[in-house]
Amino acid sequence: MSEKMTYREAVRLGISEAMEKDERVFMMGEDVGRYGGCYAVSMGLQEQFGPQRIIDTPLSESAFTGAGVGAALNGMRPIVEIMTVNFSLLALDQIMNNAATLLHMSGGQFNVPLVIRMATGGGKQLAAQHSHSLEGWFAHIPGLKVLTPATVQDARDMIGLALADPDPVLIFENALLYNAKGELDTAAAPLPIGKALVHREGKDLTILAYGINLFKALEAAETLSKEGIEAEVIDLRSLRPLDDAAIMASLRKTHRVMVVDEGWKSGSISAEIMARINEQAFFELDAPMGRVCSMEVPIPYAKHLEDAVIPQPDKIVAMARRLMEAI
Amino acid sequence: MELDITLAREFYRQMLLIRRFEEKCVELYSNQKIRGFLHLYIGEEAIATGVMQALGADDSVLSTYREHGHALARGIPAKRIMAEMYGKVEGCSRGRGGSMHLFDAETRFYGGSAIVGGGLPLAIGMALADKMMKRDRVTVAFFGDGAVAEGAFHESMNLAALWQLPVLFVCENNRYAMGTALELTESETNLANKAAAYKIVSRQVDGMDVVAVAEAAEEAIAEVRAAKRPLFLECLTYRFRAHSMFDAELYREKTEVAEWKQKDPLAVLKMRAETAGLWAQLNADELEEEVSAIVDEAVAFAENGTLESLSDLEKFVYSEEAAQ
Repeated sequence: MSEKMTYREAVRLGISEAMEKDERVFMMGEDVGRYGGCYAVSMGLQEQFGPQRIIDTPLSESAFTGAGVGAALNGMRPIVEIMTVNFSLLALDQIMNNAATLLHMSGGQFNVPLVIRMATGGGKQLAAQHSHSLEGWFAHIPGLKVLTPATVQDARDMIGLALADPDPVLIFENALLYNAKGELDTAAAPLPIGKALVHREGKDLTILAYGINLFKALEAAETLSKEGIEAEVIDLRSLRPLDDAAIMASLRKTHRVMVVDEGWKSGSISAEIMARINEQAFFELDAPMGRVCSMEVPIPYAKHLEDAVIPQPDKIVAMARRLMEAI
Repeated sequence: MELDITLAREFYRQMLLIRRFEEKCVELYSNQKIRGFLHLYIGEEAIATGVMQALGADDSVLSTYREHGHALARGIPAKRIMAEMYGKVEGCSRGRGGSMHLFDAETRFYGGSAIVGGGLPLAIGMALADKMMKRDRVTVAFFGDGAVAEGAFHESMNLAALWQLPVLFVCENNRYAMGTALELTESETNLANKAAAYKIVSRQVDGMDVVAVAEAAEEAIAEVRAAKRPLFLECLTYRFRAHSMFDAELYREKTEVAEWKQKDPLAVLKMRAETAGLWAQLNADELEEEVSAIVDEAVAFAENGTLESLSDLEKFVYSEEAAQ
């Protein structure tokens, strides 16, 4: 059964389905209740499930994220919404020192089945404190899982996948995707965490992307196709764990690869992916690996500057041409 | 609280066990048998002893990095704590946590946090879960005076009061945040007043007197359980030893330490027992022997423990049941 809906509606559907199914599931965060969610994701959920399960919190990222960890330890299945990735830094202690470490530090006694959702990414002229892409940082941390739904299907499915997981799962929703429409197959079995998905088959080069950059990569692939270059576009879906097998399999086919990542280059998830390719499939490469990342500046406000900083289809096309020209 | 012989013996025995266990830890640390940070509770034994005896088996405990006393008083076997210090598989955290991260599911002991104030938000969540599931449990969160300077403390106080959560906050005010005196870090040094500002019922108690702590804790826990709301208990105490084994203790006068040692919780209890005519019956020598045997057994258990196989090193980063 297939229906068309927005990414926002798909996330909301994922949450409401999970709450109907399991009374241990609840959601808390800033403005998630009466206001309906900063990005209107939870609009109507408080009316449906009541203020005891859709809980408005004060501006206390550290306390309500930590409370999510505590509730998870004590048998609940909390979904914590952090308004944007930038604010997650206020909760970093709880995410890293507690959520990610308690299972290990307790010698396997206490797992933390916590889900944290947050908006990420630039493109809305919100300047440096609302526009960053820090999911790669979180992917650095053992003990966490990091999901980046790009499609309407994943926007809905990943809520259920994350809640079913016994460990802390962070879901990064690119803010520009909320209005995007797509098809949702309500009957399809969700693709598990840690599996990448080939969105467009191609033989000439592999473009690895996640989140909103999947669509920029697909747009670039269309342009390239007109020039006779067939790009294979892969949605990574999960940054931790990374689907090494899918990445290397595609590379064995195309022998050229690039990564599109809205994080900064230095110390980024794109750097990690390239390092893994180097370790695991260096001799498959016919050209140096390429990547399109954000420029190394805090994201600026002015539109032309912001557009220039973050990855765009034309930059992806240019990088692809460069890979094809390399001998 | 009527101090009878049973209670007096139990309190004395518990405090003595914490004291002797930690004295042994110092010795073992000097002999390099145990490593890492070692924060001693000596001088503060009355608090863990008085609070834990008031808890039920279903209640939850969150602790700090100065936690040996809490762990012992909560009932984690001394040998499993010692094995943890040794980094052995038989340790209560399988050697992954060490002195600062003792965990035990059986006694609902949720650590063991080395981030000052970091356990307070967890206590909020634990209690929130109990409230949502309509369980009759209380969560007890221990923390030191240093934690009240952290944002997590204030955020947690606000949430506890706002959501009316069944948490007992036990502030162990030993007057120093590591080496810096409370007067140098806080505009308001009456910490109970801080909690009161969040509309949390708050009290102060002499943290050197186990009977006073036990009375206050019993009353507080009964109130938290019945009224389903938080309560703040500030225990005025002092640590007799340095902050950790690396601390040269240059920040306080020896005379100050000596003055506080006059209020040694073991001595205070002895005095109370003498006044009540119970001291002779209490048979302190026998308790010394009993405790000494437990400590020796713990050391032997730890010495004979197993080192985790390196092939299992990467275990417990993710839950095994999640294998996908």
